[in-house]
Amino acid sequence: MQRVGVFVCWCGSNIAGTVDVEAVSEALKSEPGVVFSTNYQYMCSQAGQDMIKDAVKEHNLTGIVVCSCSPRMHEATFRKTAAAAGLNPYMVEIANIREQCSWVHKDVLTGTEKAIILGKAAVAKVNLNTPLIPGESPVTKRALVIGGGIAGIQTALDIADAGFEVDIVEKKPTIGGKMAQLDKTFPTLDCAACILTPKMVDVAQNEKIRIFSYSEVTEVQGFVGNFDVTIKKNARYVKEEICTGCGACVEKCPMKKIPNEFNLGMDNRSAIYIPFAQAVPKVATIDPNACNMLKNGKCGVCSKVCAAGAIDYTQKDEYINEKYGAIVVATGFNPISMDKFDEFAYNQSKDVITSLEFERLTNAAGPSAGKLVRPSDGKHPHTIVFVQCVGSRCESCAEKGKEYCSKICCMYTAKHAMLTRDKYPDTEVYVFYIDVRTPGKNFDEFYRRAVEEYGVKYVKGMVGKVTPEGDKLKVQASDLIANKQLHIDADLVVLAAAIEPDKSARPLATMLTASMDTNDFFTEAHPKLRPVESPTAGVFLSGACQGPKDIPETVSQAGAAASKVIGLLAKDKLTGNPCVANSNELMCNGCSSCANVCPYGAISYEDKEFRMPDRTTKVRRVAVVNPAVCQGCGACTVACPSGAMDLKGFANSQIMAEVDAICK
Amino acid sequence: MQKITRDQLVSKASELLSNGTVCCVLGWGMGEFDYDVTPTVFNTVEELNNGFVFNDFCGANFSKYLVSKAAKCDGKILVLLKPCDTYSFNQLLTEHRFDREKVYVVGIPCEGMADVSKVKAICGEGILAISSNGDNINVTTLYDENPIVINAADVLAERCVNCKSKKHVAYDELLGDEGEVIESNRFDEVARLEAMSADERFAFWQNELSRCIRCNACRDACPACTCEKCVFDNPNSGVENKSPANSFEEKLFHIIRAYHVAGRCTDCGECSRVCPQNIPLHLLNRKFIKDINEFYGDYQAGEEVGMRAPLVNYTTEDLEPGEVFDRGADNA
Amino acid sequence: MQVNEYKPLIVAFCCNWCSYAGADLAGNNRLAYPADVKIIRVPCSCRVNPMFILRAFQRGADGVIICGCHPGDCHYTSGNYYTRRRMAALFSMLDYLGIEKERTRVEWVSAAEGAKFAATMNDFAKTVASLGENKRLEDLRCKK
Repeated sequence: MQRVGVFVCWCGSNIAGTVDVEAVSEALKSEPGVVFSTNYQYMCSQAGQDMIKDAVKEHNLTGIVVCSCSPRMHEATFRKTAAAAGLNPYMVEIANIREQCSWVHKDVLTGTEKAIILGKAAVAKVNLNTPLIPGESPVTKRALVIGGGIAGIQTALDIADAGFEVDIVEKKPTIGGKMAQLDKTFPTLDCAACILTPKMVDVAQNEKIRIFSYSEVTEVQGFVGNFDVTIKKNARYVKEEICTGCGACVEKCPMKKIPNEFNLGMDNRSAIYIPFAQAVPKVATIDPNACNMLKNGKCGVCSKVCAAGAIDYTQKDEYINEKYGAIVVATGFNPISMDKFDEFAYNQSKDVITSLEFERLTNAAGPSAGKLVRPSDGKHPHTIVFVQCVGSRCESCAEKGKEYCSKICCMYTAKHAMLTRDKYPDTEVYVFYIDVRTPGKNFDEFYRRAVEEYGVKYVKGMVGKVTPEGDKLKVQASDLIANKQLHIDADLVVLAAAIEPDKSARPLATMLTASMDTNDFFTEAHPKLRPVESPTAGVFLSGACQGPKDIPETVSQAGAAASKVIGLLAKDKLTGNPCVANSNELMCNGCSSCANVCPYGAISYEDKEFRMPDRTTKVRRVAVVNPAVCQGCGACTVACPSGAMDLKGFANSQIMAEVDAICK
Repeated sequence: MQKITRDQLVSKASELLSNGTVCCVLGWGMGEFDYDVTPTVFNTVEELNNGFVFNDFCGANFSKYLVSKAAKCDGKILVLLKPCDTYSFNQLLTEHRFDREKVYVVGIPCEGMADVSKVKAICGEGILAISSNGDNINVTTLYDENPIVINAADVLAERCVNCKSKKHVAYDELLGDEGEVIESNRFDEVARLEAMSADERFAFWQNELSRCIRCNACRDACPACTCEKCVFDNPNSGVENKSPANSFEEKLFHIIRAYHVAGRCTDCGECSRVCPQNIPLHLLNRKFIKDINEFYGDYQAGEEVGMRAPLVNYTTEDLEPGEVFDRGADNA
Repeated sequence: MQVNEYKPLIVAFCCNWCSYAGADLAGNNRLAYPADVKIIRVPCSCRVNPMFILRAFQRGADGVIICGCHPGDCHYTSGNYYTRRRMAALFSMLDYLGIEKERTRVEWVSAAEGAKFAATMNDFAKTVASLGENKRLEDLRCKK
């Protein structure tokens, strides 16, 4: 049996004005377990706290009930007081007789009556309290960043800058991501490569950062501070540490007709290739689906021309196990496929392209060396039509597009239109839009310049159909403001394709037990207050994997994610919240109901041997809660059919006792 | 009434025992009366020959027994499952309640089982012997030397009248042909209750539940009730059996039990079959099933292994608890 | 002596992060609601086991209300979505048994909605009071 002390606070007249505090402390004296009951003007004051400490010693109290203001206000205070008096801090319960009693009731009789009942409920609960000790777990001081685009690069650099080791896993042969494919960036029009490639070099040269390129994460075990990750390094058939990136092999390779992914298939590369000149790591990779030597053993040219002897046709996929304290997801985005948008004739005409393809066409390192030409005949286009929101904000066409706004298209289209008019003033440029959305620093000014200074023709309305006819593209569109149909003979049509999370994100989320929304964007721990954390402790979000973002937003989010990681890695030990779920293995059925509802993946199962009453043993599957991961919501306790799962601090018996005390 | 005979089952079981596929057989054995068939474990061909029974009263769903029996055998255990039993089998596998590798399932066809209370309603008490005779059942009672002949279809159990599926959703071997899922009218009675006024419904359930003697038969037979420790047996659960301080669980036992199996109940009907007071307990479970189907889309527990039960799942678009009443039939 | 006016007994389960804070805010703003409402703090509305609700009714509660964060705002991301399904099923079952559906309710009250909390409690208390004493859950068995 507990020895409970009750301390009723007057809170000056805040409580005492509507509640007869003397009557409350008197009434609670006769509750089971209560050995001491008193009241005082300000329980939270030093004198009040000393009163509690003295009473603990004098009356040998094992539990404390404070009838005062909301626990959201002073629970922490009184827990500290209890700890100072040598009690476990979780042996304190608060009866909220201010916010939820004296302040909302006017009549002293009513207020007093209710305060007594709330006090009784708290006493009933504290009688069933048990001392709780927060669990501790060590922290591996290394972070993993999944994805090597600008989000991953910035996060890794910031974490490394704080002195922690970081590994970047990138599935492509080089880091850089989408930003490396861009030409200029809005709204300042500085060249993407000029600001990105130095950062890529910084990553390569940073002692704290390791790059696993052409690699992917295949398994994640463990929990915050203690992740166990398996990384698959795909065989690139080139010894990474020996290759100098001289490019002799690329030049001599006889297989030269492979569509070049980096230029979105608008030109070709060889079977052995380096994606682009500033690739990091600048190492050749053999495409096993294109290389004759790997396919049928006939060739071997690259091996002969490689002075460093870096070619290794026998290389195998390699699996690496590494421990991490934190994981940052930076898997980025892709434009959606245009296959289902037949109305724009993307698959019928080479001159209907996506905006990302347009980026490559205008990029000096692109397939046309930066000259804006039609992909079909290499001629200069005189009329260009840009179509916004292709697959974005597509409420009625969910089967082919996305309901959300892709956010970046308005601005990059303004950029494309402006740059085209700047470089080729003889070109007529139309932009068809639903709305132009420019909420960002200097964004609207930028868009207005496109319209006002550069004479880009913005038309509110959608393009209905694009029909290739001869060497022209017949564009049929509506102008909603003039309320008329437009027919434009265009030379080039550019589609602002919606963006979607990378396909690798979904399986990764499963591995991480991180939650996603229906569009496969990762969900935040809290949409406003914890935007760079996943609900799964120790997993952080950076960049477009969380939602469509432009570069400045991505970089700031990357920095924010890094600071959260640094905050975690700076700790030697993690102290958990002791109010976590725990399963009584004797009652657990191992049915997985609890794991199904756990938002944090805190519950796993193990086969355990039990001694049966007849002295035989039985192996049963039982749930095990990882206290370092559990956040204590209690969803599992209700999902559990047998009641094996309970929540410390809010146990079934405790809540039942409160119910009983209130309903008596 | 049944298309498959006792001899066919004994011969199949004997074959699997003899060739070492299984080491024991979970089947039906004779109880005190012909209609009182008891789940029994047979270890030898001889035991099968002597004790195995198969008639129109073999309603027992064996899936549940696998939770305790499967682990005890050295080899595999043979279990004979009717179509409705296989749903429970899958549901228990979904909940990891036994090892699939330890079980050999022979799916047996079922033409519907008889309800002894319906037989008694026609023939009275004092039944000495019952035997199948084509589409009829011959009943011999204490009070009549000539057997009373009744039509088997007239005494079909409620769950068989409203059979939801003749399809075996799990088996290693199937005797007879593959059946089909059936469009049944099993929710009609629930809909009829829903259409009543709240007072009428209260009166209906008061009348039914007041007969409960808290024998726990419904729980003990239910294949969804396989908890290592039932909340009603657990002194710390707050709803346990013997608490003298309150009559809480006495009254709400059935609500809690139905809620505990909601989303996991396959509607096998064992609860109503075993109830000695003939309380239509399946109407509680079917209410949950009907609600789940209407609120969250059709869901048949046990249809496949590994399905996520509706109450441990959600969508962001789910209806609000307050809205459930607007969907009811009256609720004016 | 004054006539003993019927006072309903109402148990309100409030999640720690939103609704309990909403109740505190109602207090801060001195927004009155009947003292018949007694609040039990739970970490999340998904901590509320249907057994607690039934227990409250059996012990004489006349109404039980569960308050949580608005869907989509759950501190634990998904807790209230489970609450929504569980309570929809439970309430529908209680109604099926002929127990007045007005005695149970789920409301989403955010930490900023002190006024909504008070208004909700006023409304619920009024509804429950108009139903009178809860007899049905106690009477379900053995009373002929």
